[in-house]
Amino acid sequence: MGVAHTFGDDINTDYIIASSRKRDTVDPKKLARYLMEDIRPGFGLQVKKGDFLVAGRNFGCGSAMEIAPLVVMAAGIRAVIAKSYARSFYRNAINLGLLVLEADTDLIDEGNLLEIDHSGLIHDVTKGERIQTRPFPPLIKDILDAGGIIPYMERKYPRSSP
Amino acid sequence: MGKTIAEKILGHHAGGEVKAGDFLLAKVDLMMGNDGSLPLVFEASRRIREFGVRSPEKTIMVLDHYCPSPSKEVSRLQEEIRDFAREYDCLLYDCGEGICHRLLPENGHVLPGMLVVGADSHTVTYGALNLFATGVGSTDLAVAMNWEMLWFRVPETIRLQIEGKLPRGLCGKDVALYIVGSLGSSGAASRAIEFSGRAIDEMDVEGRLTLCNMMVETGAEAALMPFDGMTERWLKPLKIQGDHEPVKADDDAHYEREIAYDISGLEPQIAFPHEVDNVQPISSTRGVRIDMAFLGTCTNGGPEDLRIAARILKKRRVHPGVRFIVSPASRKVVEEALADGSYQTLIESGAMVNPPGCGPCVGAHGGIPADHTNVLSTANRNFLGRMGNREANIYLCSPATLAASVVRGEITDPREFLA
Repeated sequence: MGVAHTFGDDINTDYIIASSRKRDTVDPKKLARYLMEDIRPGFGLQVKKGDFLVAGRNFGCGSAMEIAPLVVMAAGIRAVIAKSYARSFYRNAINLGLLVLEADTDLIDEGNLLEIDHSGLIHDVTKGERIQTRPFPPLIKDILDAGGIIPYMERKYPRSSP
Repeated sequence: MGKTIAEKILGHHAGGEVKAGDFLLAKVDLMMGNDGSLPLVFEASRRIREFGVRSPEKTIMVLDHYCPSPSKEVSRLQEEIRDFAREYDCLLYDCGEGICHRLLPENGHVLPGMLVVGADSHTVTYGALNLFATGVGSTDLAVAMNWEMLWFRVPETIRLQIEGKLPRGLCGKDVALYIVGSLGSSGAASRAIEFSGRAIDEMDVEGRLTLCNMMVETGAEAALMPFDGMTERWLKPLKIQGDHEPVKADDDAHYEREIAYDISGLEPQIAFPHEVDNVQPISSTRGVRIDMAFLGTCTNGGPEDLRIAARILKKRRVHPGVRFIVSPASRKVVEEALADGSYQTLIESGAMVNPPGCGPCVGAHGGIPADHTNVLSTANRNFLGRMGNREANIYLCSPATLAASVVRGEITDPREFLA
């Protein structure tokens, strides 16, 4: 179980982690405390392991740098739930094994307690409601189950040379 | 049901019939990284057990963003890239050879029917030669280098039918800016764009490269041109060895949207600060003074671009208030411009010419604008701070508009010089 932290549409990768912080270090563990700093100061220090980022449309737009999903993961976020994602953030998240769910997030309020079951169904424990998520295509589900594209490929194609 | 070009190329590389919306693993024909992205790719490669480069001849590394190096830190990163290329025997284009998106088409690395990934968003450029090319992340490129495969979601295709005759004094860049302005910065998000129509039939590959290059500014995953006589004419002097397969969309292919444009009455187009889709026709710009002008980049640093600019600047001088910077897109572009005299003309007019490369486009070096100045540029992005100073305004235009404007010292319609 984790707490829902709600954000709006078009949360770009510079909001997720500010460029100015990336000048000093690119270590996701060190950057995790600055998660969403520009739009919600102090957020990175409040967020707890197992919490959820909940957002509107086009989450992760802007620069395609992988550091954005890496920082989200380093902050302990269990899953991102959004109405839709920018292509590069979605790709990078899947590749790294970060759970990126699509759902009607208008139904989720700030601070609600959420749980996800194996089928991807969200349980809003606070409200006592269930929220459908868009099912993953089989390939994406397999990649996420493996923990990202690298472990997936290592398992499926174990020899790196032909 | 019929297939789009994107569906055919991705299906061919995944070994089966596919349709928009399918997720698949596909074989990748060519992989590209540059000094802007490779350090992160190397980091990702260290997470792969027994990492190796499966096909070094298909793995191309280009030093173009920071050439020659502006700092010892960048020099160290470039040394790392040279060491890596040597260790794995990858093809390396070192500093001074040119911009990746010029070098790959120019040297015949990207050919019709191929599936190409690059760790750089403007990889979409290569679609001008009738292939599927897209920008990917650093883990993506490391995976592709090791396994020669990558996952894709087959994109829905938006068909843009460009009709009419391109007016005199305009070029592919004006059409590109017009489309970006019309679709908006996420108007084709995660979609493939397929081009057709009379104006495309009459546009040469140079113009098509510019057009495809800028389609990433609409969020497109790939931009695809038809294969035709223009493509053949462009490929012929490259004396390509080996086979390549032109791909044509089926007549009954399914398009998510079809949009028709008539460009017969188009004016030169300008993108205003600080968004690429903030596009206006030149007649609505009145007296925008310019302090710095930049001709170059993967959008407009080709031989034709230098030629157009030189034609306008012949026997004319750069306005005393303007710093005019040129960065040819490759060594071959320099050679061609020297041979046809446009290089000399640009120098005589008062231009400063950088070595081949990305130049000041990404704000690393080679001409960083001052506070509260206006920059007119042939690049593809005008975001706040893009050229290294958040206090500068960047306007985007065609090479012809740029040349006319450096003479007057303000944004000027090039047709006044071509009468």
